[in-house]
Amino acid sequence: MSTALKAAPGRLQRALLIAPLPLLLVLAYVIPFLGVARWSVTLPRFGFDHYGALVSDALVISVFVRTTRICLVVTAIAVTLAYIMAYVWVRGTPRQRLAMEFCVLVPFWISVLTRAFGWVALLANRGLINSWGQSLGLFDQPLALVHNEFGVIVGMTHYLVSVAVLPLASSMRRVDDRVLMAARGLGASRLRTFWSVFLPMTQAGIIGATLLVLVFALGFFITPAVLGGGRAVMVAELVYVRIFQSPDWGLAAAISVAMVVVVGGLLALFVRFAKPKDLVG
Amino acid sequence: MTSEPSPPIRSYRPGPVAVTLAVLTAAFLLAPLIAVVPISLTPNRFLSMPNGHLSLRHYATLVTDPAWRDATLVSLRIALASSTLAVALATLFGLGLWLLRPRGAPVLIGFVLLPMVVPPVVSAMVLYFLLTGMSQFQTMIGFDTEAGVVLAHTVLNVPAAVVMVLVALAGIDRRIDLAARSFGASLGQRAFLVILPNIRFALGGIWVMCFVQSWDETAVTLFITSIHAVTLPRLMWMGLRDNIDPAVAAASVVLTLLTTAVLVGRILWRRRSAAD
Repeated sequence: MSTALKAAPGRLQRALLIAPLPLLLVLAYVIPFLGVARWSVTLPRFGFDHYGALVSDALVISVFVRTTRICLVVTAIAVTLAYIMAYVWVRGTPRQRLAMEFCVLVPFWISVLTRAFGWVALLANRGLINSWGQSLGLFDQPLALVHNEFGVIVGMTHYLVSVAVLPLASSMRRVDDRVLMAARGLGASRLRTFWSVFLPMTQAGIIGATLLVLVFALGFFITPAVLGGGRAVMVAELVYVRIFQSPDWGLAAAISVAMVVVVGGLLALFVRFAKPKDLVG
Repeated sequence: MTSEPSPPIRSYRPGPVAVTLAVLTAAFLLAPLIAVVPISLTPNRFLSMPNGHLSLRHYATLVTDPAWRDATLVSLRIALASSTLAVALATLFGLGLWLLRPRGAPVLIGFVLLPMVVPPVVSAMVLYFLLTGMSQFQTMIGFDTEAGVVLAHTVLNVPAAVVMVLVALAGIDRRIDLAARSFGASLGQRAFLVILPNIRFALGGIWVMCFVQSWDETAVTLFITSIHAVTLPRLMWMGLRDNIDPAVAAASVVLTLLTTAVLVGRILWRRRSAAD
């Protein structure tokens, strides 16, 4: 029967539907990645010197230490702020919900560059804060708010709050109201209900958001480059500098490979502890 | 609506402390978007607050300076091409998985999501390697060409498009396909005449999202372009690095207004359709 034949499509048809995308990614992503990995052990000559440099070169280590420090600080602040926003977004009055949705989604969809520039406009020597502060006589000299680690932390936190809100909000939507009512009914105070019931029930969301934000933060390039002004170089900017400014392609390639390993580890934790399926939708 | 116990429900609304903190956070999120406005109206040539009088000269620059006009066109062309390619590839792939349900589906999905989880700077290295390599034996698709950027943005856009196509397909009732199949529809007919029309609105939304992603993409574009394929973000980046050009502020304001308009439209649209 023709129906039976058509119900079992041939190999060619299957291949035409499914294959193009994986094929493109093998050619345009996997093979070039292997090429980058090869650069890391062959440029300028064969050897594992660059991987040695990752753990011994003073400059590289200082960038790693700074990246780790900034990522941890930024993740802690961003997840906390995002938790508060997600809480009001999910559990607030309709008006509060709308306001939160707007304040989360608008920055989320605006480009990194525009946002980083917005912080320059606020924090620069002739920016908003310093102009107002000086004209009000709060301080004489402009405060150094940008082109240092402080500026980078502010800008990255700003970006990552909206990233963290989404998984937190979806884990909060799963909390059953009746459980909270039961806690209150049994005499728990509002604070106690939040602390002993609501917070533990959103644990998967917190872990998920934390790991997600960490993964994002590690690879940040534009924000630290604009707000750090070369004085708070993070690992992604180091790669850029080693490709375009003081070329050392082998080292840049080795750093890239190392980043993939670290991010892979964080993602494995994410899959293990955050139950990604719970965070979808 | 009859006997809803309103006091207990209300007590699970956020309290004043939570609301205050959320409002402060919201102010923090909006502050840099608003701060750009006064800077963009400065009459000076350098980044500064306008003291006294305002000027639209930096907005005029966006229109009259061929560099800004060209970069806008380059970005538009690249975003159009790469979002269309990404949606087409992701749709074929999603349809294939949905219709054929091959055994290795989870592995395949995990594989095509790779470019999304790898840090952008690593993707940038990878695509830089690819495009400089391709430049060695042809000039069409390579480093610092528009076609090269289209290829790169397609690769970067595809994972999110796949996720959203799969979500859209998950909402389709399989019995529709079963009915088509029992009437003898071929695989192509099932895919293009039965399934696709059911997700056309979702596909439109996915296309818009891919368009915006490509339009905004900065980190990878900086690695794979130089002086010929100058996109809008690349031009803004160049105006930011050396001596900050207030035209960047004007461009930021315009882009922010566009994004806000689209989002507000979407939120209102959703509320209206929810109310219907």
